[in-house]
Amino acid sequence: MTITEQPVTALPGGAGVRAPIPEGFIMPDFGDRMPGPGSPQTGTSAEGGTTAYTGPRKMAFICSKGNLDMAYPAFIMGNAALGEGIEVHIFFTFWGLDIINTKLNHKLKFTMAGNTAMHMNELGRLRPGWENLSLPQAMGNLPGMTAFATTMMKKQLEELEIPDIPDFLDLMQASGAHMYACKLSFDMAKMIEADLHPGVEGVISAADFVEIAEGAQVIFI
Amino acid sequence: MPTNTINGRSFEVDEEGFFTDRDEWSEDLAKDLAALIGIELDEEHLAPLRFMRQDAAVTGVTPTLRRLQTVGGFDIKSLFALYPGKPAKKMSWLAGLRKPVGCV
Repeated sequence: MTITEQPVTALPGGAGVRAPIPEGFIMPDFGDRMPGPGSPQTGTSAEGGTTAYTGPRKMAFICSKGNLDMAYPAFIMGNAALGEGIEVHIFFTFWGLDIINTKLNHKLKFTMAGNTAMHMNELGRLRPGWENLSLPQAMGNLPGMTAFATTMMKKQLEELEIPDIPDFLDLMQASGAHMYACKLSFDMAKMIEADLHPGVEGVISAADFVEIAEGAQVIFI
Repeated sequence: MPTNTINGRSFEVDEEGFFTDRDEWSEDLAKDLAALIGIELDEEHLAPLRFMRQDAAVTGVTPTLRRLQTVGGFDIKSLFALYPGKPAKKMSWLAGLRKPVGCV
């Protein structure tokens, strides 16, 4: 997109003065020069006349599952959002609490049971088309299958250079994600604060999170 | 391909403005570009850019922030401080590389 020349202004957050953009110059939208979807907007909602959210763009994730494959979506999307300069908040609740429990988060598991999308690419080598076969559900209940499926998934993630869960939490913390444990789940699981990942800012109630998530796009996982 | 010109230096870009040929890059050019986004390129800013160019020359792909940490040894928090907002995109652009495509 072409960005038209604008007066020299100082960036928020103490950054330096921006030089004017030459005419016809094409440069990526870094979100801090032109008003876009990420910029503050003012206005009132159609009914009631309440003031609309005016802050920066936010994304809020609610992680409610403790399976290995359910821990990644919030981290991958949240990490991408942080890289785009979007404020990220993650609320870990119910089984999702395992993700931020340092005694458990290195041994999250993936199970075939109940997952009808299970197929193995390797089977295609035995016979073309078999890579798309759905594996029988009973297989997932055999002893050792969960450990096997977990090892397979971890190997595939490693091949793509995706960090494991403890490393990913460190990365999210360093990138500025705000993370919280759910008070109710925390009490239910009889967890102790010492076991929480240091990136977790607090143990908060659902109502606290609702307040924090004002104006955010909320994603429930 | 469109061509950008700044202070007498020209380079080809894609439709978003990222370099298409990393050989058209120079440190002086990067300094002029950095001024457009309010960044003064000192040694601290240049170090990750140099690593990114070396890495991209080998792999052919623009490295992600994660790779800057694991392979380059850079601290993620400092990178966010040096290039606030969209660090990966700002650095790729200033390093004369294509838009990063990696997810993590």
